Amino acid sequence: MQVDWSIMIDFIPQLLAGAKVTIYITVLGLIGGIILGVIAGLMRAYGGKILNAIAFTYIELIRGTPIVVQVMFLYFALPVLADIRIDPMSAAVLAIVVNAGAYIAEIVRGAFLSIHKGLTEAGLAIGMPHWQVLLYIVGPLAFRRLIPPLGNQFIVSLKDTSLFIVIGVGELTRTGQEIMAANFRAVEIWTAVAICYLIMTGTMTIALRAIEKRMRIL
Amino acid sequence: MSFIEFKNTSKSFGPLQVLTEVDLSIEQGEVVVLIGPSGSGKSTLLRCINGLEMITGGDLIVDGLSVTAGKKTLREIRKEAGMVFQQFNLFPQMTALQNVALGPRKVRGLSRTEAETQAQELLDKVGLSDKGGHYPSELSGGQQQRVAIARALAVKPKVMLFDEPTSALDPELKQEVLNVMLQLAKEGMTMVVVTHEMSFAKQVGTRLIFMEHGKIAVDDDPRRVIDTPPNPRMKDFLSHVE
Repeated sequence: MQVDWSIMIDFIPQLLAGAKVTIYITVLGLIGGIILGVIAGLMRAYGGKILNAIAFTYIELIRGTPIVVQVMFLYFALPVLADIRIDPMSAAVLAIVVNAGAYIAEIVRGAFLSIHKGLTEAGLAIGMPHWQVLLYIVGPLAFRRLIPPLGNQFIVSLKDTSLFIVIGVGELTRTGQEIMAANFRAVEIWTAVAICYLIMTGTMTIALRAIEKRMRIL
Repeated sequence: MSFIEFKNTSKSFGPLQVLTEVDLSIEQGEVVVLIGPSGSGKSTLLRCINGLEMITGGDLIVDGLSVTAGKKTLREIRKEAGMVFQQFNLFPQMTALQNVALGPRKVRGLSRTEAETQAQELLDKVGLSDKGGHYPSELSGGQQQRVAIARALAVKPKVMLFDEPTSALDPELKQEVLNVMLQLAKEGMTMVVVTHEMSFAKQVGTRLIFMEHGKIAVDDDPRRVIDTPPNPRMKDFLSHVE
């Protein structure tokens, strides 16, 4: 079969629909992941023994298992265990939340603990409670150090959505596979799919660069 | 009761005993200068007063409140005890004015305008009227330390704690910080100062404390003991400082 690049145009609408699903899962998943990650990260950095142990267990459990196993567990095992039935889309979003949350927790912990201890002391010394010191002094400084590793995690999570092919979510990679099954145009399809991913990750990189540039480097 | 009272106070970091059963009373209006070799416990003693280090034995009362009485009491004590650090520790993401205004806004509940008006007055006082809009990285060490003093004063403390405030400064920048401290002392501010500046001690110190191995070895009038140290180790120490 001859490679015919012009046919790529024919499946653009389908791929865009798939990309939309990918973006949907990624955005929702990362919003949840950031919230969960900040909470778990702060528990690790500042929590007492118990909070620390809970966060540590969660992080190790997630980092120690593949995301495919996690989503399979959510989708197939959870209904058996707890009689909770969720649709593939929710399972996909939840998998990103839980997975990204664990990695973001470590990023958050590292960023907060990297801020010079003297600044915390200066905040405490003027009579601020610890939470105010974290919110007004340490947090804004840590945020700047968070951006590069966070960008990395965003890209990893976006690409991880392709693994949800295993539970039949119609995201970009699955769409590519469906088109393939119909016309066997492997070169053209997988090239187009790869380009779609590159556009999405590229946009993310540019956006994060812009945020980083607007920040004063401290 | 004295304004600050160490009662048989001890502090250890794990197995390392840093303060051993210290008894010390400081009255309002005193300017107490703490000296001693490194590791003698002088910084720790200072940091116990506002609870940056928690005492491990005895008691420590500041303005009638015990530092061991819990977080809320500790915050009350910290409002009454301003601290200036060796490394300035200004908040780098805030301008000089914002650094000074933060405490009054968050701790004393002032509005932004009120806090910034007051912050500007304090910057005027430390001779930095025109530096309010500058970030710490744009200021010299001496200027940063003066902003730090203004920041501590902004919360309207009753006592100022200085932890080697000039040790990180070049000799020509030390004086501008010392001048601000001299002025504060003249205004009657209660001060506890860890320093090696013996001229400062002689000029405004009402008391000189020489610490050694976590204990107070000498506690006397600075003018009397700096020139004729009553203790051979203090004599040895001073010969290295001057």
